[in-house]
Parts: sequence; C-alpha cells; structure tokens
Amino acid sequence: MSISTGSFDLYSRGDKFFGWAVTILLGLFVASTLYPFVYVLSASMSSGAAVARGDVVLTPKEITFDAFRYVMADRQFWVAYGNTFYYTIVGTLTSLAFIIPGAYALSRPQLPFRSGFNLFVAFTLWFNAGMIPVFLNIRDLGILDTRFAIIIAFAVNAFNAILMRNFFESVPRSFEEAARMDGANDFQILWRVYMPLSKPAIITVALFCAVFRWNGYFWAMVILRDQDKLPLQVYLKEIIVELNMSDEFATDLLSSSYSFETAIAAIIVLSIIPVIIVYPYIQKYFQKGVMLGGVKE
Amino acid sequence: MSVMTDPGVSHTSILTPPSEFDLPPLTLGQRFIASILRNWQIYLMLAPMVIYFLIFAYRPMLGLTIAFKDFSLFKGIWGSPWVGLEHFRTLFEDPYFWRAVKNTVIISGLSLIFAFPAPIILALMFNELRHQGFKRMAQTIAYLPHFISIVIVAGIVVNFFAPSGIVNLILMKLGAEDPTYFLTKPEWFRPIFIGSNIWKEAGFESIIYLAAIAGVSPSLYESAKVDGATRFQMMYLITLPCILPTILIMLIIRIGNLLEVSFEYVILLYQPATYETADVITTWIYRQGLQNNNYDVATAAGVFNAVVAFTLVITANRLSRRLSKTSLW
Repeated sequence: MSISTGSFDLYSRGDKFFGWAVTILLGLFVASTLYPFVYVLSASMSSGAAVARGDVVLTPKEITFDAFRYVMADRQFWVAYGNTFYYTIVGTLTSLAFIIPGAYALSRPQLPFRSGFNLFVAFTLWFNAGMIPVFLNIRDLGILDTRFAIIIAFAVNAFNAILMRNFFESVPRSFEEAARMDGANDFQILWRVYMPLSKPAIITVALFCAVFRWNGYFWAMVILRDQDKLPLQVYLKEIIVELNMSDEFATDLLSSSYSFETAIAAIIVLSIIPVIIVYPYIQKYFQKGVMLGGVKE
Repeated sequence: MSVMTDPGVSHTSILTPPSEFDLPPLTLGQRFIASILRNWQIYLMLAPMVIYFLIFAYRPMLGLTIAFKDFSLFKGIWGSPWVGLEHFRTLFEDPYFWRAVKNTVIISGLSLIFAFPAPIILALMFNELRHQGFKRMAQTIAYLPHFISIVIVAGIVVNFFAPSGIVNLILMKLGAEDPTYFLTKPEWFRPIFIGSNIWKEAGFESIIYLAAIAGVSPSLYESAKVDGATRFQMMYLITLPCILPTILIMLIIRIGNLLEVSFEYVILLYQPATYETADVITTWIYRQGLQNNNYDVATAAGVFNAVVAFTLVITANRLSRRLSKTSLW
C-alpha cells in the first residue's frame, strides 16, 4: 500500500478512530501474549513467600536468585539440557542428510519412475500407521531406549521433503546443464550448485526440523527409559506438569527462600532462554518458510 | 551407457534420455536396467530417503494387521492368531471409545469456530498498523509462542490455573470466595485447551494470511481511496475478498485434519477428572495401547482413525480442486 506513515492527516475522523482502535486492540493482544512470559520471569526471581502470598503480579518481589541456584545444582537438569541440544543438533543434521539428496533426486526430471517415487513419499502425508504400529516397529527393530531411535526414526517428514523438492524444482535447469557441460557429476551439481542456491530453503527446512526436535517430548517419553537419555521436555513434563517431585525436593523447599512454584518458574525461564537467543536470527527465515510451504502443500 | 560420450546424441538432448531412434530396440527389462545405470548417482541420492520411508513409514503399516489379530508381544505380529473383526466389535461397543470420538469432533469443531478465524483477524489488524516500528515489534512478539515447547505452555497453563495460581488470585481479588480448581473441572477443559492454543499459534498462523495480503494490488486501494472509501471499508471490501482463496484453502486443510487434535497437548493438560470432555481418540489409543498394553484394540481404533482421516483428506482435496481449480498437492 502506498499510504505512508506520515499521512495520518489524509484520513477522515472515522479512519483515525479505526486506526486507534486497531492499535489498541493489537496492543492488548501483544500484552496478553507477553504477560505469561513476564509473570514467569518475575516469579522465578521472587522469593517463594512473596509468590505464595500472591504479591507477584507483574514485577518481581523480594528479589532472590535462589530458585535458579537450586535448579542449576540439579545434575539431572543439565543432563536433560545437554540431551536436548544433542537431539536438536544431531537430529537436524541427520534429517538434512536424508532430505537434501532425496529431495534433489525427486526434483530431477530424468529420474525414472519419478511420479511413482513422489507418490511413495506424499502418501505418508495422508496415511500413517499411527501410534501403536510405530511403537511396535521401533520395538521390533530392537532400538527401544536408544538415542539412535530418537534420531533416526523421526528423521524425515514428507512435508519437509516436498518443500525442499519444490524449491529445487524452482531453480532453473540451465544451472544443472551448465555444470554438466563442465563435467560435474550429480553429487557435485547438488553440492556446488544447487545447495548454495537453495540456502534460504535449506535453512527453512533445518528450522522446521530443529523446532520439531527442540519441542518434541512424546516419542522420547514413550521410547526412552534411561533417565540419562531423556531430553529437557520429558524432564520438564515430569516436574512441572505431573508435579512429580521427589520427597527430597519437597522437604528441601520448605525452609528456604525459594518454593516449588519459583523453582518451576526458574526451570521454565532457563529452558526458554536458548529459544529467545536464536529467535532474532531465525525470524526472517520462518516468515519466508511459511510462505514457501503453506499454500503449495 | 553414458549420455555424455554418446556421439549420436546432439547437444540439446544431453539431459533427456536418448530416444528410441538412436538405439537398437531393447526389451523393457534392458531399458529398465539401462535407465538405472544411467542415473545411478541420482538413485544413490534417493536411496536413503526411500529406505527410511520403507522402514519407518511403510513397515509399521504392516503392523496395522494386529487390529485383526489376538496380539501378544511374545508371538509377535506374524505369530499371533487372526481374530477377524472382534476388536472392532469390542471397540464399537465401548462407550468410552465413542466418548473419545465425540470429544474429538467437538474439540475440532470448537477450534474451527474460535481458533480458525483468530489468525485471519490478526493479519487484517497487522495490515492496518501504520507505525512500522510497532508493527514489527507486535509481529515479533506474536510469533514467539509458536517456538515455545508445548510442555512449557502446559506448565504455564497449569501454573496459571492452579488453585493458588494467578487466575484464581485475580478472581479472589475481584470477590470470588473460593479458588476454582479449573483443571479438574470438565466444563473448563475445552475453553482452556482452545484458548491456550490460540495464544500459542494464532500469531504464527497469521503469517500465511499476511503473505496473501502482501499480494493484493495497491491500485485497488488507491482507486478505492479516490472513491472516498474508509479504511474499514477497504479492509472489509478489498483485503478480505482478496485473501478469500487463501482462507478457503486453509479451511479445507483444516477440515481434512478434523480428527487431528493435538494429543500431545491433551495428554499434558487432562486428568481422569476431565476425561469426560477431554479424552480424544488419540489419547484413548495412547492409554489403551501404551499404558494398558491392549495393543490390538488400540490399533483397531488407530485403523478407524486413519481410515476416517484419509477419507477426509481426500474429500477435502477434491473439494479444493473443484473450488479453486488447483489441488492442494
């Protein structure tokens, strides 16, 4: 739209009112989106007593960092934290290693049985075996309670593969032809020509994979038994959702400046921090990514 | 046979397989082998993904057969005896299964009514913001909850709606006498579930509508302004109709996924006291299958779920093809 910021005077009184109404409504929306974060942050920095009395509504009261100290002293927390980084990084790289060459192959018109392979991939979007057969499959493969299962069993998502394929298809074929003239083989063409050209799409798919890995808890909860393999999300679920604290944890909290509530708030804050740190860098990619994938699929 | 060194092929056909005219007649089998040899590198690139789908997507589909078997872990999928449709009979006679079907449809329906329009309204409002700085900030904040793990969202919800949580605190200050145990009350489950879902996803989902709005021709607004249209009229009469195709496609996708209620989130929020309104098909399958080890009956429910979902998706795609002349895939 060609209406610039400085042209408010062009509008009628009704338009001005409309503009203010929209601004106020969105202001309220933004505030309500932000409030839970602000509250949790404030609670994590307040004393347990202040939170219990209901004094903490917006800003922290009786500021103390004991809750953080308590949570950060828990070995299990750091194990889970490290596991989540492991699953996110290794999982995303594994997904890309499957998806990029596969999608490139699917995008090549010279691939024999191309439409058959495309259907083979797309069919899994419409029909999947479901929870129990997937679980029994992993069990039959003998990889229950292994990190390998978490990494490999959910490596490829057909949606991401198709997204990547569509992007490769949109690259003009003259690039491939020129590279082939120079004597490049298919691997070289993908690595030296198509991957550099597809950086935004690759980052988008990597982002989708990473978000899925970072946030996922269900299959980790079902597949893993060993405490030392659990990702942060399962650890969080056990503590904050099931209110499943050990006796030690509970009695330990009675006589101190932190409480169960503030400890939970501190855990939540600590687990959101990595997301907040990378968020500004990824923002421009997911905005593009949703447009890439949204309507086409 | 390498295309590169074949002297009989002109340079224009380097990438296309040589036509039959250049070659002695081959049998189908020979041509099949030749095409694989010619494209072996591409096949090699495709192989890991195909093997992945075979092992982790198609192999479990064989496991669906246990819906028709008296399954035991010791005998395995192949060793267990067939029982025909017995599990489906058990399933369809189970009132709790039907309760789960009913809840799935109700929660999906309510989401369609309340959660589906939210990102559209949000996108329309974002588009009306004239202050670029505020607009960018508002969008940045609106997208953020999408990236927060569902476990943390559930943790915050449990915390907020606990008897000693902030919601009860405010209600008490407003004059309520006793705290409400929101998460144990069946009537509160759906509003809390859908409301927190809107909080988490509406902002992020608005991106797709903002993309559609960005594609609206500015000349439409200019001529409307010349005609003296107000901003509200422009939004209602230009922007909204222009993004209607996008809305329609999203609606069809949503209907296709009608059975897909985020069970990961339900599992985190529900408890036996709220099963009455909260238990959906997938959570029922989870409890039957993975908690009670009734693998076969749970799989029968999964087959039911998958077949209905598949039918819905196919129907939705037909519908979209007819309405928009472009299929979804």
